[in-house]
Amino acid sequence: MKIELESKAVLSGQHFLNGDVACAEGALAVGCRFFAGYPITPATEIAERMARRLPQVDGVYMQMEDEIGSIAAVLGASYAGVKSMTATSGPGFSLMLENIGLAIMTETPCVVVNIMRGGPSTGQPTMPGQQDVMQARWGSHGDYEIIALAPSSVQEMFDLTIEAFNLSETYRVPTFVLADEIVGHMWERVNIPSAKAIQVVNRKKPENPPSEYAPFKPDEDLVPPMASFGEGYRFHATGLTHDENGRPRTDSAEVQQRLVQRLCEKIRRNADKIVKVERILLEDAEVAVVAYGIASRAALSAVRKARAQGIKAGLLRLVTVWPFPDKQIEKIAQKVKALVVPEMNYGQIVREVRRVAKETPVVFMSKLGEEPHKPAEILDALRRL
Amino acid sequence: MTEKSLELKHPYERFLRKERMPHIWCEGCGNGIILNCFVRALDELNIDLNNVVVVSGIGCIGRISGYTNTDSFHTTHGRPIAFATGVKLAKPKLKVVVISGDGDLFAIGGNHFIHAARRNVDITVICANNFIYGMTGGQYGPTTPLEAWTTTTPYGNIEHAFNLVHLAAASGAVYVSRWTALHVRRLKESIKKALQKEGFSFIEAVSQCPEIYGRYNKMKTAISMMKWFKEASEVRNFSDPAKAEISPDKIIVGEFVDIEKPSYGRLLREMKAKLKTKQK
Ligand SMILES: Cc1ncc(C[n+]2csc(CCOP(=O)(O)OP(=O)(O)O)c2C)c(N)n1
Ligand code: SF4
Ligand SMILES: [Mg+2]
Repeated sequence: MKIELESKAVLSGQHFLNGDVACAEGALAVGCRFFAGYPITPATEIAERMARRLPQVDGVYMQMEDEIGSIAAVLGASYAGVKSMTATSGPGFSLMLENIGLAIMTETPCVVVNIMRGGPSTGQPTMPGQQDVMQARWGSHGDYEIIALAPSSVQEMFDLTIEAFNLSETYRVPTFVLADEIVGHMWERVNIPSAKAIQVVNRKKPENPPSEYAPFKPDEDLVPPMASFGEGYRFHATGLTHDENGRPRTDSAEVQQRLVQRLCEKIRRNADKIVKVERILLEDAEVAVVAYGIASRAALSAVRKARAQGIKAGLLRLVTVWPFPDKQIEKIAQKVKALVVPEMNYGQIVREVRRVAKETPVVFMSKLGEEPHKPAEILDALRRL
Repeated sequence: MTEKSLELKHPYERFLRKERMPHIWCEGCGNGIILNCFVRALDELNIDLNNVVVVSGIGCIGRISGYTNTDSFHTTHGRPIAFATGVKLAKPKLKVVVISGDGDLFAIGGNHFIHAARRNVDITVICANNFIYGMTGGQYGPTTPLEAWTTTTPYGNIEHAFNLVHLAAASGAVYVSRWTALHVRRLKESIKKALQKEGFSFIEAVSQCPEIYGRYNKMKTAISMMKWFKEASEVRNFSDPAKAEISPDKIIVGEFVDIEKPSYGRLLREMKAKLKTKQK
């Protein structure tokens, strides 16, 4: 009975899970059937869940020799037509970056989960961090845009993993789930909807015959339809700068300009469709917190407490971290006296907030190590604004 | 006769992306010979080209995936085997072939090679071993012989070289052979065998890089390099791969391993089948 239940890809119903497991279940529910990874705290539970669950749904779990191999295998599986993912933490994420660039260049749909721990280097493997958000945006060489989502609850680990796959398939871009150790390891109630209620987006397939297929020729949305290996299209993809036929063009400034521009613009122009934020008590707010992931939980509690004390505080929670919610933050920055940005790092997203907030003062609250921000600390900051 | 029937068509045209020609390789380079042998092997096996995927890494030989008229992918330096592993496991019906260089497969990508061989992933790996990093202008690599001259061994190489067939055999490959670009018929036959073999098959194709390796090592022309292959080669089929040396006066070639062992894909399928019956 238990096995039969588990054998389904979508475990509809109420569950009590940790964030890592919820992430794995979200991936399975949206159709991920290939996982390649290398064990690392605090993301290991995702691999372990996938190792158990994928064979039950005719998928493949592959434990590779390192994270470089893992991401390369994920790209291969995606080009073979299978929704694919990997999960890691800082040190592994660092190793993946070159091939994340390859995924960007070859427009490979794939999801990379980073359960962030304390860095730099081996740092604090079992402690939370939000120290890789800039790395996710800028870590691979060259100019590009990616998508990154920041879950702040176990339910969101499930929901946003689904969302990450859908965005990745829509825009043919590697999409990151940037969670932190606390969200990855905490246990909460998760509602898994029925299979029918889950929105599943699959990559666009070419409609023209193989003889007319240009693998990197975009539609109006700037995204090219994607054939898979073994479908008779016989196309070539390369990490070299290439034209619409996939032909390497290493000496043409024009092709380089056109390709890099499109790779960036397909995300920038669709930012309004991609970006998600949660606005809490912001209508009449005079001060506001901008937060994401674990830090947003304490922020919410602080904002409620501030309200109880008569301070008109609000919270803008970033669900999408990249592309950066410029417009959403700008709007609030224009309205409030000051912003508070708590992060479990030494100052990353706050740079972006300051860029967008312009004249509005921004107070940064850093936190490193085991303990996340306390609501009282954020409340204190709000009171002092 | 109509005009059309007079048109000359190369018998292997359908295997190549004509629009990508001319290729980037130098005159006399062994890479073209390897491509030729590969294409002939596909032809003689009558494999459906729609089911072939060619994966390569970065290097002169790495450009080969752009020339074969199959699905193909040009990965980052060193990663073709890991990429190919993903392709094969995600879509087992595909024949997945990695063709790449000695530097790509055994320096930066060495870890992927030994692990794919150990797992017995069902792919074929062909290494164009030209003893050098051709693409970057001729630095030494993991197969450069002792004392050889390269741009980064200006006083002669002091590193010992990998014996690729020994490494492949020890890592668990089920089929291992070495030929040179001179042994075109045997190389082609070997590729055919490898393609039909279940599991991880490896072929070392010793190849001439007259432009750089040859120039630095007193073999300026393709002919002089191939003369070396001719005079030094000795076929020793199924001899101990540990003793398969490559030196100025001896290149041991032949088939070294041809064994049966369940592939990763088979074991995975069997595991899933067992799980299914349990679930019922
Ligand atoms: C990560 C990385 N490091 C270095 C390079 C530069 N590079 C390109 S090709 C190459 C060596 C290729 O040698 P090999 O695989 O033997 O192929 P060949 O050119 O000899 O055919 C190197 C070092 C690169 N492209 N990527
Ligand atoms: S540099 Fe050497 S390996 Fe590269 S194409 Fe020229 S001859 Fe061939
Ligand atoms: Mg080489």
